[in-house]
Parts: sequence; structure tokens; C-alpha cells
Amino acid sequence: MSSTPIKKVTGKGVFVPGDDIDTDRIIPARFMKCITFDGLGEYLFHDVRKTESGEDKKHNLNDPRFAEASILVSGNNFGCGSSREHAPQSILRAGYDAVIAGSFAEIFFGNSTNLGVVCVIASDADREIIASAIETHPELEITIDVENHEIIYGDQSVPCEIKQGARDSLLSGNYDPLDELLVGADEVSKTAGALPYMQA
Amino acid sequence: MGKSLFEKVWDAHAVRQLVNGQTQLLIGTHLIHEVTSPQAFGMLRDRDLKVQYPHRTFATVDHIVPTNESVEPYSDPLAQGMIEELRNNCADNNVTFFDTNTGKQGVVHIVGPEQGITQPGTTIACGDSHTATHGAFGAIAFGIGTSQVRDVLATQTIALNELKVRRINVNGTLPPGVYAKDVILHIIRLLGTQGGTGYAYEYAGTTFDKFTMEERMTVCNMSIEGGARVGYVNPDETTFEYLKGRPYSPKGAAWDAAVEQWKSFASDTNCTFDDVVDIDASHIQPTVTWGITPGQGVGIEESIPAISDAPTQSERDSVAEALEYMQFEGGSPIRGKKIDVAFIGSCTNGRLSDFQEVAKYVKGHKVAEGVQAIIVPGSQVVAKIAEDLGLDKIFIEAGFEWRAAGCSMCLAMNPDKLVGDQLCASSSNRNFKGRQGSPTGRTMLMSPIMVAAAAVTGQVSDAREVFGFASAGV
Repeated sequence: MSSTPIKKVTGKGVFVPGDDIDTDRIIPARFMKCITFDGLGEYLFHDVRKTESGEDKKHNLNDPRFAEASILVSGNNFGCGSSREHAPQSILRAGYDAVIAGSFAEIFFGNSTNLGVVCVIASDADREIIASAIETHPELEITIDVENHEIIYGDQSVPCEIKQGARDSLLSGNYDPLDELLVGADEVSKTAGALPYMQA
Repeated sequence: MGKSLFEKVWDAHAVRQLVNGQTQLLIGTHLIHEVTSPQAFGMLRDRDLKVQYPHRTFATVDHIVPTNESVEPYSDPLAQGMIEELRNNCADNNVTFFDTNTGKQGVVHIVGPEQGITQPGTTIACGDSHTATHGAFGAIAFGIGTSQVRDVLATQTIALNELKVRRINVNGTLPPGVYAKDVILHIIRLLGTQGGTGYAYEYAGTTFDKFTMEERMTVCNMSIEGGARVGYVNPDETTFEYLKGRPYSPKGAAWDAAVEQWKSFASDTNCTFDDVVDIDASHIQPTVTWGITPGQGVGIEESIPAISDAPTQSERDSVAEALEYMQFEGGSPIRGKKIDVAFIGSCTNGRLSDFQEVAKYVKGHKVAEGVQAIIVPGSQVVAKIAEDLGLDKIFIEAGFEWRAAGCSMCLAMNPDKLVGDQLCASSSNRNFKGRQGSPTGRTMLMSPIMVAAAAVTGQVSDAREVFGFASAGV
């Protein structure tokens, strides 16, 4: 589906520290017993945020100072583990539009981009600067400029990276590929026709 | 210049280039299960699209099925709702469903190969990150998200970037008591949990040449834990032997033609790889994870690393976080950690040979007091053969519970879960925080034999000593 191009994402940030934040952490499997993605936002980072008896833990994600955040800032290998789209779906449905990390696991990155959740890479040092800026000024507006590979916060900025294909898709609004894939139906049937195992 | 299997299979399935530079790639075989497909069928309905190639999608139910309750409705209404949704979606769209009453149901990555659906030179996708398992047959198999499941249902294709290929050669003979599971835990420990990002892993070398298909599947299964979305082994006589006569394998003249074609997909001897890693099989020990990522593993003779051992601050932070969660002391020996639960099963190690090997050694042993030990066959087919061989009786006699087929305690979407901060010796694939169902539950990954050794001693132990392997301590 052709959607609105995403050139920039602007919002307040919240820092979720740690490398290898896996998809079980983002959305524990026990909350995936569902047949739609509705309501998944409520369980985002559930076990990071809640004790076993359901009380709030001391964590940035529970801190009222960051309640309006719409950009997550985290560590390396963010989204590793399962291919569950429930992870970016829960991020999106909890009101986040973008993730700034040191690196992303591949399947998570693809799933997020398909949904228009912007995932950009920034260096350890630059993420540290952004995290400490957020900590000191939670009201700080952060802008991820997808077009110009830049993260702007206040009057400062740091560079960021995003895979070329993903960047093009976001900028053109074609990040959900289904329409384009549907157009190729005749060529698909030609490719399939040449493969014996595809025959009915 | 020759081509790798990855390039050949990619080229044979590449439909066209998309505007953003990605490839529209034909997915020949699509496997679905109850967790990641219902939303995709919903998206199809919302857009009034139909399943384009229904005969190339195969379904089974695995994540939510209880392993100790066979009569529906299940006591968990959410689980019941999910199985019914899948049943209806398959019936409405003419998709083959290996339902619980077919004798063929099981973990999707065990069902595909044992039915002969998984074949060399094909592309396979499933809304499940352990889909690389099928790469053991020389297929290019991807884990995909639900929007991509929708894309495959509607178009039989996905949009994808081509991957680089890293060849991982493991040469030599594994010491007694060292298994395929140890090989992959060793590889991930060596290359890291994100070392494979952007790569397909081609596993090769004399160790893989000698491996059975089930051993190859165990290794390919965990490619994603090393960051690689795809992992594969070139097809050879072992592959063809396994596939011959399976329900969905080609028959008669078509079989001979298929084998010829399959052989042609193997990597050319003169092809180049983006990276090559060489590993000596004789250096691999029974490997056990001590932390909260599959890369945090050590050999059974080693100690858990101390925080100060890590070279960078971020690694020191990771070790500290893992030690705190696992309640382990840095620098302490891995052996001797007292376990509460032992789990043998999953798409990594829930196949017949896993159970045969364990049965051979647990005979005459008893599960230690206070340990709950469960053995869960990966499919109904595996369960039936194991029972015909009397393996279930050996396990029960030794104090293990013998369950029905499913994902069970690998991910806790069913009643099999850890409680509180229980420590589990597990033959599964992930030791993430909370993975086995309790937010404070602790998982140590290891081979089925090592799980069995932990079960009978009540603590992490060297299976070679517990079961008296010929060359213990090698």
C-alpha cells in the first residue's frame, strides 16, 4: 500500500539501556496468544516494566518524565531473536514511531520498516550523548531526518545510518511492498513455471 | 567463476527488481502455524485478496498446543481460539493442514522435513525465525514477519535484499559426547549473536559431510541465534537418502530428475565466499550457556567469565546483566549449578535421533529428586516411532515425563512453563530473559545428552563422566 512518505520523525525520546534486547523482551510470548495485533501496545516491554505481581518497576519506560516519548533509544543488536512481527507492532501500538540503536537484528529491521517504524543506527558515543540529553531534558524534541542521515536534538545533531533500500522505501512511502508485489503476478507465474516443484 | 548454492537458488527464484532495489523473490514453499498467520489471513480478507498458490502453503499447529492434554476444547480458551482460527483459515483457502488428528502434526520445522516437503534448491519461508532449519537440505529458508506471511499468501513472493555468504568449515571428528548442538553453540560463541547479520551461513567441512540430516538440522536451526537469517548445508547423498520415499518427495522418474536438479544447486568448488571461517571439530567441548544470549556459552570444563574478563565497557555491562539475572558468580565453574527443570525437545532437538541417543544412556539412571524432567517429541510421527521402539518406557522408567508433540517449554505459549526463578537445563534454542514463561525463569542451553546428565545428577554435569563415555574428559 502506498502510504505517506516518511522523511522525518519528530518526538520526545526514552532510553532503554542494554545490548541484545530480544523480541521476547519487547513482547513476551505469552502475550502473543491472539489472532489480531490489536491491544499489543499494552504489553510492550511488559516484564521490563512490571514485577511478577504486576507493580511498576523503576524503569525509564514507567517514568512520567518520558510518558510522551515516541522515539526509543537503545543498544546494539536490538530486536534479536524471534521473527514475530508482534514486536514492532507492539512498539507502534504503544505510540512509538522510531528506534535509534547501535545495530538491528535483520528480521526485526525488515518487519519494522514494512510497518513504517523508522529504525536508524547511531554510534555508541552518539547514542550516549542523546541518552544523556534525554535524561537531562526529557522535554527535548528529537528529529530523525531520514533523508539527510541525521538525528537533530535541540540545536545539536549527530549522524545516523539507515539501509539504502529501507531509506528509499520510507522516503517514497512504499515501505509496505504488497502493491508492488501484486503487480508482478505474471512474472511470478513465469518464474514458478520454470521450477518443477512449484507445479500442482 | 562458480556460484554458491545461495546464489543459484536466489537466481532461480528472483522474479524482478523492485523500485527500492530489493528483489521480488519467489517463495516456493510456505509453512504456517497458528501464532503468526491469523493476522495475515485477516489482512487478506481486509483487502479482498485470495491465497494465490494454496498448494504451496502447508500448515501445522505447534506453539500453543498443550503437551499433556489432547481433548478439545483446551483448558486455555485463547489457545482453543487460535487452533480453530487456523483450522478455518486453512479450510477456507484450501491450504493443507496437518491437524492434531492427522498423526502428522508437530513443530513446523520437524514436520516439513519428515513429510518430504522440505527439498533442496527451493526457497522456504515461515513466520518463524527458526525456519533456517530447512537449510539443512540445501534450501534457502527464511524466517519472516506476519506482513510478509500476508505477502506470500497473496503473491507467493516477498521483497528481500540479497545476503552475503559466509562459509563455515568444521573439519575433523567430534570427540565422544560432543554433538551437533555443541557445534552450533560453539559457532555462536565464536562469531557472536550478531556476527551473522546480513549473511547466509553455508556450513561445510568433513564434520558436516558425516552428519546425519537430523544433525544438520540442529545446526541450521540456530543460525538466527548467531544473527544469520539463513543457514544451509549443500545437498548430498545423505540428503537424498533421507528424502527418498517421504510422502511429498517426488516419485519414480520425477525422483531421478529431481535428484539431478538438486545436485546442480550445490555450491561450485570454485565459488568465492564473502567470508570463510575454519573450525577444528576436535576442539569443541560439550557447551553450555551461562547467560541470557545464546552466545554466552562455555565448555563444560570451563568457568563462567568474570565481569573483568570482558574487553569493553558494553561487554562488561552485558556480562554483569547476565550474571545478575542468572544468579551466577563470575569466575565460578559452569558445572555444579543446581537445576530445577530439565527439558528435552523443540525444533532444535526434538527429533528421533535425539531421543534414541538419550534413551541409550539414561537406561538404569533416575532423574534426581526435586527435578522435573520432561521429554517432548517434535511431532506425532516422531512420537509414534519412539513409542514403537519403546523409548517412552525407558524415559518413564528413568523418571522423565513423556509428552505429546509441540513446542512445549521452548517458549511457553502453552502450559509448559518455568515457575519463579527456576533454573532449566534445556535442549531448546533461546536463553533470553523470561523465554521459558516466567519473567525470572533461567535457561541454560545444552545438548540433549547434557540435559539428561543434568536431570539425573540434579546439576549441570559432564555427560561424558555421568554416562561413562569411552574417552571421557577428552
